Amino acid sequence: MASSSKPSFGRQNVGRRNFLKGTATGAAALAAGVKPARAQQSEPARSATAAVATQEKDPSPSVEVLTADHPGSDFMVDVIKALGFDYIFANPGSSFRGLHESVVNYGGNKSPEFLTCCHEESSVAMAHGYAKIEGKPTCVLAHGTVGLQHASMAIYNAYVDRVPVFMIIGNTLDAATRRPGVEWAHSVQDAAILVRDFTKWDDAPVSLQHFAESAVRAYKMAMTPPTMPVLLVADGDLQESPMRERPHIPKITLASPPQGDSGAVAQAARMLVDAENPVIVADRCARTPQGLKALIELAETLGAPVINQYGRMNFPSAHRLNQTERSRALIANADVILGLEVWDFWGTINNLRDQVQRTTRPLTKPNTKMIAISATDLNTKSNYQDFQRFPDLDVSMAADSEATLPALTEACKRLLTGDRKRNFEDRASKLAEARQQARERLRTEASYAWDASPISTARMAMEIWAQIKDKDWSLVSNNAWPQRLWSFDKHYQYIGGAGGAGVGYGAPAALGAAVANKKYGRLSINIQNDGDLMYAPGVLWTSAHHSIPLLSVMHNNRAYHQEVMHLQRMANRHQRGITTAEIGTTIKNPNIDYAAMARSMGVHGEGPITDPKDLAPALKRALEVVARGEPALVDVVTQPR
Amino acid sequence: MRLFLIAFITIALFAQAPAPAGNAQNGRKLFESYGCYQCHGREAQGGLGTGPRLGPKPLPFVAVQKYLRQPTGQMPPYTAKVVSDKDVTDIYAFLQSVKQPPPVKDIPLLNN
Repeated sequence: MASSSKPSFGRQNVGRRNFLKGTATGAAALAAGVKPARAQQSEPARSATAAVATQEKDPSPSVEVLTADHPGSDFMVDVIKALGFDYIFANPGSSFRGLHESVVNYGGNKSPEFLTCCHEESSVAMAHGYAKIEGKPTCVLAHGTVGLQHASMAIYNAYVDRVPVFMIIGNTLDAATRRPGVEWAHSVQDAAILVRDFTKWDDAPVSLQHFAESAVRAYKMAMTPPTMPVLLVADGDLQESPMRERPHIPKITLASPPQGDSGAVAQAARMLVDAENPVIVADRCARTPQGLKALIELAETLGAPVINQYGRMNFPSAHRLNQTERSRALIANADVILGLEVWDFWGTINNLRDQVQRTTRPLTKPNTKMIAISATDLNTKSNYQDFQRFPDLDVSMAADSEATLPALTEACKRLLTGDRKRNFEDRASKLAEARQQARERLRTEASYAWDASPISTARMAMEIWAQIKDKDWSLVSNNAWPQRLWSFDKHYQYIGGAGGAGVGYGAPAALGAAVANKKYGRLSINIQNDGDLMYAPGVLWTSAHHSIPLLSVMHNNRAYHQEVMHLQRMANRHQRGITTAEIGTTIKNPNIDYAAMARSMGVHGEGPITDPKDLAPALKRALEVVARGEPALVDVVTQPR
Repeated sequence: MRLFLIAFITIALFAQAPAPAGNAQNGRKLFESYGCYQCHGREAQGGLGTGPRLGPKPLPFVAVQKYLRQPTGQMPPYTAKVVSDKDVTDIYAFLQSVKQPPPVKDIPLLNN
């Protein structure tokens, strides 16, 4: 806050519509701005509110001020620019109209650029995908009420996925200044409470100085592992009231990520070096080029297999120590398991049968030692139960895995002897051989139903791969066959899944990731589930309107297929109606023409394609469009999975 | 190793029992309508993370039927109350009728 000897440039107690600026009135308002609220109550006759109210009854055109040169929202844009946001993803909303206008006119609609979204859930999911490519959050604007309600599922996904998103929501707290009608419906006492269970931090600043400090604090907290969404409320009065003096924007210094305790690192290193069959399981671990390099170095130092659970890119798919396809056998034979940001450690080492009796059994040997490194331990909330079942661990580090890997690798190297090195190299050679056999089996499996219609998902994946493999590509969706058959080796080539498994993430997250990839000239590929697209088809329009190069290939199985399987399970369990699982779970009759839908929103559309022979030509045509900087969609009617 | 031997012997014993003749065309329809395709693919090719490939060259009939009735893994049970033995026979005939794909070496896209 400004000192008491200066005028207050924070929240004015003069509402935006009531701000009348005659010389005397302005002075009164300014003085009132620094007066404690209690004093105002005891001296109502001298309060600015009273002065304004008197004039409001009989406004004189000669003194009524209808313009404001420096609204608070301009300063908010200064803060947003200082935080380095390239984009704002938003559906427009009156509760942040001041900020919106400042972004476009005061800020020049550049860094950040306002990208028009058709739903707040899409805005947040786009920011989710963007952050996974760019490694930093971008900004989302939304109404504090209806917008945030729309956005909430996407915020939950980002929270579970431990991805930073920076939300600013509009609200008008002062009831005395709200417009009658809709603005009341769009106002809320405590806006953030709706999502407080699944955001890391929020605040509702009451002055511009407060806004600046909270914005920097929020950014820093969002970026400190475990990274998560944060939220600020931009009060309507604060946005639209004039600013008299520019508050200070604090220096933005990010916290270094938490690294594992040196004693625990040394203990883990000793266990790993002594192990005969260590296994490294990586989930939301390596998200940067340095992270990939660090995980490779640890695996190669130990000659240990890596199982990729695909929460992030983590590990090159073609590396000889990538043993993901042999996960079950390796876990069963392991004497030490190192889990790196593993979301479900218990589920990794145990099996639960989804039958009437939910029986469990361990997948490991009785004396297998468990080491976990996870930043999630530093910030876990109680209400939403995404933290999974509690595993038996021998070493647990509440730390960022990626930041801890170099120290762990160095600790392992210090313990190496010549014998161990030779042992590890032998192990790595055997693993490489087993990996090659597993890969051959996969290629054989991919060949089944190769010419089928509906088209097999393996065929679709390999038709795409044939077109993109020599380009600088980025897969901005979460799909099974590409993970197994394509060659991934860069951190931006894979972004993981939704986190909370909330459907409606896929299409906007892919677009957000494509926005991030655009400036690097990368080719973004999205294998798009049909049910997911129907949650947020407006992203097609957004991609065309803003010329975002993105190839979307529909995995169109005409169903919410996971739910088809769940319903089948219930019918079988109840021994009745096993032919009715498609009721309420499929998306057919009529079949949706996604290519036509894309074209209706300005996106190049191909399909529906049912003959695999038609796929390559369609992909080539679509890629020509994407090469020109525009989006394209190829609708492929596929096998279920 | 012991488990492997038991499995091998069991399969070998099952393999000696010939599969009853079924109607493959009807079996394909049942494979769809009973929801088998959901996890195993419409051509029984299997699905990553959902269910293994079932054809061509399915496991011995007795083993398939036994597992169908009393699965030991994640698969939901198909009891005799909802799938008759005749239906199982037809479905099995369909699995036997699934054509072998071309060799991997003859599929250029799988050799990239």
